[in-house]
Amino acid sequence: MSKEITGSEALILSLLSEGVDTIFGYPGGAIMPVFDCLYDYRNKINHILVRHEQGATHAAEGYARTSGKVGVALVTSGPGATNTITGIADAMIDSTPMIVISGQVASSLLGSDAFQEADVVGISQPVTKWAYQIRRPQDIAWAVARAFYIAASGRPGPVLLDITKDAQFGKVANYEYKKASFIRSYQPIPEVNISAIEEAAKLINQAKKPYALVGQGVILGGAEKELLAFLEKAGVPAASTVLGLSAVPTDHPLHVGMLGMHGNLGPNKKTNECDVLIAIGMRFDDRVTGDLKTYAKQAKVIHFDIDPAEIDKNVYAHVKVLGDAKETLAAVTEKIEKNSHQEWLQEFRACDQREYDAVIKHELYPTTGQLKMGEVIRKVSEATDNKAVLVTDVGQHQMMGVRYFKYSQSRSVVTSGGLGTMGFGLPAAIGAKYGTPDRTICLFVGDGGIQMTIQELGVIMQYGVNVKIILLNNHFLGMVRQWQELFFEERYSETVMTNPDFVKISNAYNIPARKVETREELDEAIADMLNHDGAYLLDVQVETKGMVYPMMPAGTCVTNILLGNE
Amino acid sequence: MENKTLFTVTIFSENTAGLLSQVTSVFTRRQLNIETLSVSPSALEGIHKFTVTTFSTEEEIEKVVKQIDKKVDILKAYFNTDDELVHQEIALYKLATSEFLRIPSVEELIRKYNAQILDITETYVVIQKTGHYAETQSLFKELSGLIGVLQFIRSGRVAITKSKTERLSDMLQKLDKKQK
Ligand SMILES: Cc1ncc(C[n+]2csc(CCOP(=O)(O)OP(=O)(O)O)c2C)c(N)n1
Repeated sequence: MSKEITGSEALILSLLSEGVDTIFGYPGGAIMPVFDCLYDYRNKINHILVRHEQGATHAAEGYARTSGKVGVALVTSGPGATNTITGIADAMIDSTPMIVISGQVASSLLGSDAFQEADVVGISQPVTKWAYQIRRPQDIAWAVARAFYIAASGRPGPVLLDITKDAQFGKVANYEYKKASFIRSYQPIPEVNISAIEEAAKLINQAKKPYALVGQGVILGGAEKELLAFLEKAGVPAASTVLGLSAVPTDHPLHVGMLGMHGNLGPNKKTNECDVLIAIGMRFDDRVTGDLKTYAKQAKVIHFDIDPAEIDKNVYAHVKVLGDAKETLAAVTEKIEKNSHQEWLQEFRACDQREYDAVIKHELYPTTGQLKMGEVIRKVSEATDNKAVLVTDVGQHQMMGVRYFKYSQSRSVVTSGGLGTMGFGLPAAIGAKYGTPDRTICLFVGDGGIQMTIQELGVIMQYGVNVKIILLNNHFLGMVRQWQELFFEERYSETVMTNPDFVKISNAYNIPARKVETREELDEAIADMLNHDGAYLLDVQVETKGMVYPMMPAGTCVTNILLGNE
Repeated sequence: MENKTLFTVTIFSENTAGLLSQVTSVFTRRQLNIETLSVSPSALEGIHKFTVTTFSTEEEIEKVVKQIDKKVDILKAYFNTDDELVHQEIALYKLATSEFLRIPSVEELIRKYNAQILDITETYVVIQKTGHYAETQSLFKELSGLIGVLQFIRSGRVAITKSKTERLSDMLQKLDKKQK
């Protein structure tokens, strides 16, 4: 190509070369040249105008999580860029591939406190995988290629590209796009160490009570099949972290449930009884481990991970299997003997029974009293044949959602795990729908969290995004209230909310909605919602003082589990 | 917490803007104070070298180094203890010429410490001493007691490993091959 193009056009062409079909963004002065150019390409790139830049980042995350592709957000300088920081931090801690492109003041004005100038590269550096400022139009293609490579490869994460206005306006003479596949200072996939594979296989073969912990690394690495082959050959029970959920179907005989503070009884307790603990693409977050001093001390730990910095970070690994899980799992599977650990597996099932009697039965199948979150979630999951994508916000409904929704295929959970970002849910659900248009998207959200990004209902209205919104309305900041009840002597400081009429709000955005107050109307309301061709909101009035159990109080031992009134 | 040792962290990086704050923030996040820091171009063109010292435990410093190494523009990071290194700092001392001339034992001190005189004017004398922290510090104390020090400045540490670690140039060659 010998014709001169602008930096803005180079940016759009670069995005097209990376297969970008959807962008979530919001215009402003310092990014106007790009938006102007986008106008010419509106048939090729679908730009979704969010209502707040935080929404653009969460939507890009939702898109990335369901599609496996890199999510893209496009915003202006200064406040536009700083509004993305929460979403960037969220993507960083949850390893979500995302690129945020921000406009920046002209390079001649940099450092002068110009109008809407913010040092967004500096601000975002601690929460990005890479942040880079582009000051010349001819650097755009190179930087975009690098950004996509870095965001998607190895352990994925967010990248910020800050483009000065003169770089957007300026001309590029010989635009050419070359995808990046090598950066000498960045080796995204560590080489597989055969002796580690052999050691792992040996330990697994000798194990009497092996136990696998499945993290999101399996999903990010597309290693679901390899994982199943491994688990089935070794006969190892497997539990998932919140973000690892759906890598193994819920009803798989070796899947024993969820880990963590509100995880299942067996998976948490058995951590301290297994003899070989096999962690796969998970990072031993404190919400999973509780007190590290008492965590799995009896076990030999095998840690599979792509990120060397995760190995030995929280839990010492006796065998360190670095590499891409798809590759390492396959290699270990080859070297292990076919095995089965039925008695050991039964021990998990015994815990399940206890948890069922103490907690689950009452949560999922109540017959009297106010509606419970669990029963609503179960019914929605069943009504969608356990095939829908679960999106949640943060709080009690989130923990209930991940616990009680069922998964039949991978990439079925979109939730803010690491950062716990309230306000994530609604925009993430929008992005999730664009990421997988053929699947049903069910968003569970609290009355607190929905109000953090409620303006994104406007996006649903404008573009007709088909997401099913189930507001689990307890008129409290429920999760904080739960802690107040348990640990702060029921002093409900600032957790009661006077809420608006969400049905009216929804209707004002032209989204049909229905308030549900009784058990009798629930099935019909869910059917109405799912049968409606388009977005729908259910405002479900659930018990005000519900509790999420089991609960392992923060910083305690994984065997210290509260079951409520057993 | 108690058993902290002084570690020297050596980092090679691409010459990109903003890396210094990325490196130091890893220390800050883990609440490690940086004792000394020196940054300069390395022997290889376009590659910068950071030398950072900090008191830490081996467990902790290992994590810090991995987190630094993980950054996109960092080529390589590793850590050493003092016994694995030949290291040096440089200190400059500014003294009043009048005092310097008045008190003859200053000369003895300079000889004892193997220090050098860099500059003499009517009003001041600048002395240089290279050595380990303890040595430059001890000269500072003695000079202060004897004639007073007008200004004092000490550099960060520079260090070379005694063992045969993989040379950066070899690593880069390997990487070049990998690219092809
Ligand atoms: C941005 C943000 N602010 C504060 C919190 C702390 N927080 C965690 S859960 C929660 C309550 C959420 O209430 P709601 O959205 O009503 O959901 P519920 O717990 O009732 O299901 C709060 C305030 C958070 N996670 N994120």
